[in-house]
Amino acid sequence: MPASPPDTAPLLAMRGIVKRFPGVRALDGVDLEVRAGEVHCLLGQNGAGKSTLIKILSGAHQPDEGEVLLDGEPVRLATPTAAMRQGIATIYQELDLVDGLSVAENILLGHERATYGFTRRGESNRVAADLLRRLGHGEIPPTVEVGRLPPAAKQIVSMARALSHDARLIVMDEPSAALAHDEVANLFRIIREITAQGVAVVYISHRLEEIREIGDRVTVLKDGRTVAVGLPATTPTGRVVSLMTGRDVEYVFPPRPAPSGDRPEVLRVEGLTVPGVFADVSFSVRAGEIVGLAGLVGSGRSEILEAVYGARRASGRVLLDGRAVPPGSTTRAVRLGMGLAPEERKAQALLLDQSVTRNITLAGLTRFARAGWMDRRGEAAEAARLVETLDIRPPDPRRPVKTLSGGNQQKAVLARWLVERRRLLLLDEPTRGVDVGARAELYAVIRRLADEGVAVLLVSSEVPEVLGLADRVLVVREGRIVHEAPAVDLDEHRVLDLVMVSTNEESRVD
Amino acid sequence: MLTEATPTNVARKPFLGRIGEVPHLGLVAALVLLAIVGLVTRPENFATSSNLVSILALASTIGVITVGMTFVIIGGGIDLSVGAVMALSSVWATTLATQSYGPAVMILCAVLVGTGAGLVNGFLVSYGRMVPFIATLAMLVAARGLAQRMSGQRTQLVQQANSAIVELSTTRVLGLPLLVYVFALVVVLGWILLNRTTFGRRTYAVGGNPEAARLAGIDVRRHTMLLYGLSGLCCGIAAVLIMARTTTGSSTHGDLYELDAIAAVIIGGTLLSGGRGTIIGSILGLLIFTVITNLFILNGLNTSDQLIAKGLIIVVAVLMQRRGALTGT
Ligand SMILES: Nc1ncnc2c1ncn2[C@@H]1O[C@H](COP(=O)(O)OP(=O)(O)OP(=O)(O)O)[C@@H](O)[C@H]1O
Ligand SMILES: [Mg+2]
Repeated sequence: MPASPPDTAPLLAMRGIVKRFPGVRALDGVDLEVRAGEVHCLLGQNGAGKSTLIKILSGAHQPDEGEVLLDGEPVRLATPTAAMRQGIATIYQELDLVDGLSVAENILLGHERATYGFTRRGESNRVAADLLRRLGHGEIPPTVEVGRLPPAAKQIVSMARALSHDARLIVMDEPSAALAHDEVANLFRIIREITAQGVAVVYISHRLEEIREIGDRVTVLKDGRTVAVGLPATTPTGRVVSLMTGRDVEYVFPPRPAPSGDRPEVLRVEGLTVPGVFADVSFSVRAGEIVGLAGLVGSGRSEILEAVYGARRASGRVLLDGRAVPPGSTTRAVRLGMGLAPEERKAQALLLDQSVTRNITLAGLTRFARAGWMDRRGEAAEAARLVETLDIRPPDPRRPVKTLSGGNQQKAVLARWLVERRRLLLLDEPTRGVDVGARAELYAVIRRLADEGVAVLLVSSEVPEVLGLADRVLVVREGRIVHEAPAVDLDEHRVLDLVMVSTNEESRVD
Repeated sequence: MLTEATPTNVARKPFLGRIGEVPHLGLVAALVLLAIVGLVTRPENFATSSNLVSILALASTIGVITVGMTFVIIGGGIDLSVGAVMALSSVWATTLATQSYGPAVMILCAVLVGTGAGLVNGFLVSYGRMVPFIATLAMLVAARGLAQRMSGQRTQLVQQANSAIVELSTTRVLGLPLLVYVFALVVVLGWILLNRTTFGRRTYAVGGNPEAARLAGIDVRRHTMLLYGLSGLCCGIAAVLIMARTTTGSSTHGDLYELDAIAAVIIGGTLLSGGRGTIIGSILGLLIFTVITNLFILNGLNTSDQLIAKGLIIVVAVLMQRRGALTGT
């Protein structure tokens, strides 16, 4: 479809891009056209090839076939530096910050402010601070080590890095996946600001409602091919989804069973406190119940999960099936029947070099071992079963997990806790980066586990997900539980009010 | 170690990458090449059985240490103390007091001293939160010092009454001294432990992503401690072998063994950052090293050139593995 008006050559055109990896054709003739000043959304299921396409754009991968044109001129993006020199900046799906360097050093990595090789620290910090302020996050100190920041702040730092390049085109691979509602609004404000200056943005997200809000046009990928180029963002969601998946998917949550009070309490938390993070948190989860923690990023939800799991020392009491769980030992927690799917899959969950099988069975090795000796056939069979259950693609459990697309890696993290029956599952952003179709399937899996008697504690930044999946919702604000209600009694606005209120209050107090 | 998978190293062209697809093909090729060099330059000496036996006997001592080192490095650490711990074990096992109990107790003593020193390393690293490099460097210095003190800087002979130990190197089965079989046994057991047991799996996990391992319920600290203990145990066994070969215990035994062992592990394709590697690779790496030494000696070249050649080998090996890194082992 001839998308751009005849007189203006598009800022970026990619034609017939093919990229092969050993055993897969990740891209099989993809076209993309982006105009200056627009937000161009790239949609597609997990493994469709979105990240691969933008890695070609950022110079990280070389295409096997096809051409890239900037302002109508063919260019060769041989390295990330070459791409940056052409004015293309990228925020990757898997954050690529250097944990040991400071925020400012990360932001200016590769184009440090320096004289004869000596960095001019003061200036670097000032430049970084300016960028962070522009992003509405002046509170992140430029001198702090990146490794100590929470995921959301890291996301902001990578965004600041992209902005620091004075790019013509900024590519964002699922930037909102790590962000909560208000953060996303902030992100959109920044995107509008930069596109108004004529910068183009390529935007990838699995949250379709975002596309409508921020996007101008949409390109849809399916199995490494373009199935629609430059559709207007107003295209009905149903149509977009059926283009992506080749079928009609209902974006629905599984039905809740009728609440029953007679089921035993699996988890009881009493007065859990980590000074400075959260305080006096008490709640319980019954067998077969899904309890959702709603709150802003940084409100302490993930930390509560970690403390329950013993991964973080806390005062207070955690009881599993009435027995006290000693703090500080994840080994004990797992032995008692807990499982935690953490927030950052790459840093906290995956062995990237290892096969999908080994990643899946990591927490349940003893199930496949007699006197320490591994039953490798049993292990492989179990991994294959879970790959099928969760529809991990490509369905080859022997692949290194790092060659999977983001959403499929996420499924591998969840699969780990399906190997052995758990009493309590702690799920932190379980559907981060998972496409719409697969989400519905994951919801069904989680509900099925609950129906079988597993207690589930869920954290999600997507309020509709918490409301749709959980039976009961706890609203966390600044490290305290401020509200508790059955999910059916809440709606999105009410939850957002509850999570936000105090941020306003606080700014008034300050 | 988590920043390893930057998109750039995924993008590399598969130059020499094929070699990585058949495990260890490159290493075997290098070994064959060296053998050919040996046959061409010293046709009358290289392929003799006595020369091959001496290569294997030489490789056995460091070989046992290399097995332990492979575990430690895959587990994300490093053990600089191996040579010194072996020396200490050999000295402790050959003191007059120990020798009075006979060969069995001497062996037990060497093994216990080695394991003990290894566990101390492990304790410092895991519970003391010391950087492995520093903790084991401290052990290197301290163990040598202790060995010198115990022996009064003198070489201690294995007494006539305990010559059973020496028989490990003098008795031959199918033409090979017993200590080569000890080495082979350690390699086989090490391979099984690494590839067929939960211990091996946890080792890869702890080295590959310690945080992920911890959150999957693995007791990372305990496991780390055991890894260093295992390395120490290997040093103890190596001490027995060196006593057999040299009929002595001495504080000077095993000087710079740590470098040879680490080099062998690296040439064998184990990443120093942890989480990846194989026993077979390490052993092939070690054999390459030993054969080079042998070739230099046979050809009457001096040791300085030998060191230069070894340095080059390390660089070439690592460069080649980078090319094949994506395909993995
Ligand atoms: N380095 C690699 N080696 C082998 N296969 C790869 C590699 N990188 C990606 N692939 C494969 O290419 C395909 C496309 O992956 P890509 O990461 O581009 O998907 P995606 O559209 O970004 O998906 P997601 O929404 O889950 O992030 C997948 O089948 C994936 O397994
Ligand atoms: Mg992706």
